[in-house]
Amino acid sequence: MAVGTQYLAEQPKLRTTSLVIGGIALAALLAAPFFLYPIFLMSILCFALFACAFNLLIGYVGLLSFGHAAFFGGAAYFTAHAVKVWGWEPLAGILLGVAGAAGLGLVIGFLAIRRQGIYFSMITLALSQMFAFICLQVPFTHGEDGIQGVPRGHLLGVVDLNEPLAMYYVTLAIFLFGVFAIWRIVNSPFGNILKAIRENERRAISLGYRVDRYKLGAFVMSAALAGLAGGTKAIVFQFATLTDVQWQMSGEVILMTLLGGIGTMIGPIVGGGLVIALQNYLAAYDFPVTVLIGIIFVICVLLFRRGIVGEILELMKRKAKGAA
Amino acid sequence: MSTIFGIPTPALYGQILIGLINGSFYAMLSLGLAVIFGLLRVINFAHGAQYMLGAFAAYLLLTYLGIGYWPALILAPVIVGAVAIVIERFMLRRLYGLDPLYGLLLTFGLALIMEGAFRHWFGAAGKPYAPPAQLTGAVNLGFMFMPIYRGWVVIASLVVCIGTWLLIEKTRLGAYLRSATENATLVQAFGVNVPLLLTLTYGLGAALAALAGVLAAPIYQVSPLMGTNLIIIVFAVVVVGGMGSILGAIVTGYVLGVLEGLTKVFYPEASSIVIFVIMAIVLLVRPAGLFGREE
Repeated sequence: MAVGTQYLAEQPKLRTTSLVIGGIALAALLAAPFFLYPIFLMSILCFALFACAFNLLIGYVGLLSFGHAAFFGGAAYFTAHAVKVWGWEPLAGILLGVAGAAGLGLVIGFLAIRRQGIYFSMITLALSQMFAFICLQVPFTHGEDGIQGVPRGHLLGVVDLNEPLAMYYVTLAIFLFGVFAIWRIVNSPFGNILKAIRENERRAISLGYRVDRYKLGAFVMSAALAGLAGGTKAIVFQFATLTDVQWQMSGEVILMTLLGGIGTMIGPIVGGGLVIALQNYLAAYDFPVTVLIGIIFVICVLLFRRGIVGEILELMKRKAKGAA
Repeated sequence: MSTIFGIPTPALYGQILIGLINGSFYAMLSLGLAVIFGLLRVINFAHGAQYMLGAFAAYLLLTYLGIGYWPALILAPVIVGAVAIVIERFMLRRLYGLDPLYGLLLTFGLALIMEGAFRHWFGAAGKPYAPPAQLTGAVNLGFMFMPIYRGWVVIASLVVCIGTWLLIEKTRLGAYLRSATENATLVQAFGVNVPLLLTLTYGLGAALAALAGVLAAPIYQVSPLMGTNLIIIVFAVVVVGGMGSILGAIVTGYVLGVLEGLTKVFYPEASSIVIFVIMAIVLLVRPAGLFGREE
């Protein structure tokens, strides 16, 4: 699944372009709540971050996790419980969600990295399904009802998050932090070793790297960042339910990443935005969302496996080559 | 009333029977997955949806055309197998030689389409499907009453599993199949039509799933989601057994089904997760699976 694009970093001209695009995107994100529903935008931000966290694993280590819903939804439960029942401050609640997701990631990752390729996907799917069953049965998640009415509270006791704009900018800050963290990880020596494992695991082993440790490390980081997205979502939407831990959610995040572009930095953000916007749009119609998601899956896999952003980058690359 | 470990024996036998029946479906489905994976190197996520399609085909044949259980037992697998052949020809075929994950993602998408469509048309609620008149009622085995249909399912699934195993291990076609699994290019050089073999294998695997679906229809209700919830458990079964061996897939299916049934007796809260727990233990002790070989 190696479709990583390191092209941007290598081309100074493209780098300037990408900085300009990044600047415009940031300005657009800052201004967006004045034009669109903040809750819709926050939903996009949460899922885009989730997709970026997922992409860290598939795009840069080549591991297809089919169980990321466990981290996203699990963190939502932990955060919601801490904030609602224990009365924690929201940021502390989110951090607990992150820690919980990282812990879950450690357990699931430890088991799953014992097998490779397709088995890895099946194991993560099975273990996350097990976690979903546990969530259905343990009392603190309130079964089918979920945890409802989570108070947004005051960030650090100061900023009133019931104010939509305040909530939006906090979500945006968390999102930017998460994406920056992923960018740092990917472009660190650690990230380079991950990519080496993705390209050729045996060679990485022969070079003396303890591949399993790196894989597990990446898995835990990806889980923790998925947890950051899930915990934030619990505060934004003020509930945590079974929907977020089930396999359909794992499928959705795969779709967002695949549609946007696996192994690209902004692909998952684009994919996440598109899928959420589409779901939002379809909610008004009778057409079943699942069918559409399935169709997009099939089209992506058959026709453009690089995803939207990946295909655009490929096109630019070819053009640059033609010009040179 | 006699008891074992404080459990009344009829309850124990009853749960073992239920476990055996669930195990029959685990075995049939993991068998199909293993056959498809062996040759195509594709994990067929749509396997659960094809099982659901089989059950729905039986239900629709009965409701709209008045065609009963016995013809449906043949017709439903043929229909679903034909659909699968079309899928293989026009979609899966394009992905051979690519990372096997793409096959998983494609079949996942197909599963979503099938499930979503059926849910849209028929709703999420289950539909009852009566067992055929010849197989209604129960028989007294001396230590328990057994519904005849359930006994039939266990026997039928055993026949299907052993038949498939014989087909693959003892026939010429099976020999082609096994050799193509080892080295497709070489087999093709000997004049065997490997692409056709791939198509037929996928069709056969899907037909097996559909057959399981028809058998399941009178036991579980026919519902759009019956497949996916099952296929995730079957994935765990496949991880436990390893996909290297057909016989291993079958045995693991039955054993895990019975273990799940026993858990329902002794510790019901854990019955929905016991197979996943076993999978985790197997991964710790023997990562390649009980019957698997390291690749």
